[in-house]
Amino acid sequence: MAIFISDATKVVIQGITGRDGSFHTRQMIGYGTRVVAGVTPGKGGQAFEGGDGIRIPIYNTVERAVTETEANASVIYVPPAHAAAAIMEAADAGIKLIVAITEGIPVLDMTRALAFVADRGARLIGPNCPGLISPGCGKLGIIPGGIVAKGPVGVVSRSGTLTYEVVSQLTAAGIGQTTCVGIGGDPLIGTNFVDCLKAFGADPHTKAVVLIGEIGGTDEQEAASYAGAHLKLPLVAFVAGRTAPPGRRMGHAGAIISGSSGTAEEKVKAFEDQGFRVADRPSDVVGLLRDALRDL
Amino acid sequence: MDLYEYQARELLRKAGIPVPDGEVADTPEAAQRIARRLGGTVVVKAQVHAGGRGKAGGVKLAASPEEAKSHAARILGMEIKQHVVRRVLVTPAEEIAAEAYAAVLVDRATQRPVLMVSGEGGIDIEEVARTRPQAIRRLSVDPRYGLLSHQAYGLAEFLYSDPGLLSQAADILTRLYEFFLSAGASLAEINPLIVTSAGEVKAIDAKVSLDDNALFRNPDFEKLRDPAAEPEAEMRARNAGLSYVKMTGSVGCCVNGAGLAMATMDLIKYYGGEPANFLDIGGSSNPDKVVAALEIITSDPSVRVILFNIFGGITRCDDVANGIVEATQRTKLDRPIVIRLTGTNEAEAIVILEKAGFTAGRSMDAAVMKAVELAGAA
Repeated sequence: MAIFISDATKVVIQGITGRDGSFHTRQMIGYGTRVVAGVTPGKGGQAFEGGDGIRIPIYNTVERAVTETEANASVIYVPPAHAAAAIMEAADAGIKLIVAITEGIPVLDMTRALAFVADRGARLIGPNCPGLISPGCGKLGIIPGGIVAKGPVGVVSRSGTLTYEVVSQLTAAGIGQTTCVGIGGDPLIGTNFVDCLKAFGADPHTKAVVLIGEIGGTDEQEAASYAGAHLKLPLVAFVAGRTAPPGRRMGHAGAIISGSSGTAEEKVKAFEDQGFRVADRPSDVVGLLRDALRDL
Repeated sequence: MDLYEYQARELLRKAGIPVPDGEVADTPEAAQRIARRLGGTVVVKAQVHAGGRGKAGGVKLAASPEEAKSHAARILGMEIKQHVVRRVLVTPAEEIAAEAYAAVLVDRATQRPVLMVSGEGGIDIEEVARTRPQAIRRLSVDPRYGLLSHQAYGLAEFLYSDPGLLSQAADILTRLYEFFLSAGASLAEINPLIVTSAGEVKAIDAKVSLDDNALFRNPDFEKLRDPAAEPEAEMRARNAGLSYVKMTGSVGCCVNGAGLAMATMDLIKYYGGEPANFLDIGGSSNPDKVVAALEIITSDPSVRVILFNIFGGITRCDDVANGIVEATQRTKLDRPIVIRLTGTNEAEAIVILEKAGFTAGRSMDAAVMKAVELAGAA
């Protein structure tokens, strides 16, 4: 029914007392996520009011939080200057699923954090991502709970609000989701499209996949090759940035056409070459997905 | 943030990399003075954030201070790829025995810093990569251990066989890598790296781009920013915490989220219009950002219609609505506005907007179609 998270997922929030961290922790709890601990250095021993009388213990370190609460997943809302260190702290404490929401982490910090996380066998989602949500199971991050519904479609995207746009249209059309994952808009991210396609392919409840890509890098092209060769599920893609000028960063640090590579055209072509349907508009995704499911 | 050649050279010099003498001038007279101080033949080079300066006539040899002055007079004010030249670098003409290329950047595929060297310097490295990839040697640096001395030496050996040149080049590569890390750069490039007729390895031209997200660690680098090189609207957007890229069309758009903002531009094009800009107000619900966004969009004279596309998740639609009302109370809008809002607090937002005389819809397609139609009619 879900990828990456399950009923056994117990979450520690790094940066729980910050503005974003506290707001979204309450949203996560309200959605039914098991938030068991918070970490803010210097505030260990205090408690976080999670709403409805729920009190979440705060620790100074992730290691302590894990020892006391058996947390096995972390969501990071730590400011950019300290976020890479927070990712490494989570991995060092034995956390196996780390979701980094923070935008604006220096790219060189990420080269070290990614190597560190890989060495400890942890999965990092993000950074600069909305996280993931699995209807009926829980959410790690900031995807609004009200727009999703339980169902057969896996959604994976590099973006935030564009994902919400597409997912809310799916939900409105009566097409629910197993898990929606936002992998992040940075040039260096932990979990890529191919990792998510592998997980959706192995999930018995996922019957189709929606992939939302954008300009920059080659992650979509690799996803298209992988899906063409290995994915047994229908896939519908959308690629944002057909009108983006080369050499300019379009909001996301990773959304940039360098030279002539990373264009929307080459990504669309990569999916079409493998026989996958690519939506021209976000609102075309629902129809193409219906067609793909009917063809099964 | 891209640096000028003269700024990049200065940073590399401080990092201990041999860089020839030279100074920057913003008048022909200053160029003449520098040429006189340097003596002999000099090169006068346009300082712009663009490649292809030589082809555009922005790099000239001058045999005398007078000639340096007349070259500078011609180059200053010249436009290269839409960048006006405001400064020239005056530097001694070196006796070049060999040219090479060296750079460090972060490679998306391996997620590591990569050092690249080539024996073919002074030319377009992307072109070499396409046509003769074997002429480039790449080394992926493990960020856990950094650049090891034998690795730097191995790269140097790809360039030179003479032991003296080898150790000079290995030292330069090591310093270049260390500079790249400490500066928080996204690119540090020496092109060309030359061998002089006296057997010295030197960096003749340098290009450095800094990671904007790492600038907080080196606040001094803010001084290297050239306000004149950045369009005013983009500078205002940056100061207001907005992402803005100017385009050439007539539909000005204001969107929350980069992906949705790109998709909105694409949809404008799909329905036959042209976007005037990319603008992401980000995830926060701050009405001040909306006010700043509207000011920036309306400062573009080619904008004929303003389109808001907001999907409220974290961003609350009522905050955006308040921002629109506040901004239009401050400055009366002289162009039509189309508002699409959906998600968190959309009902409250619609009440706020209707009270102020605006209408708002829920469909992205309908809003974009309407905006394109208005842009055509205006």
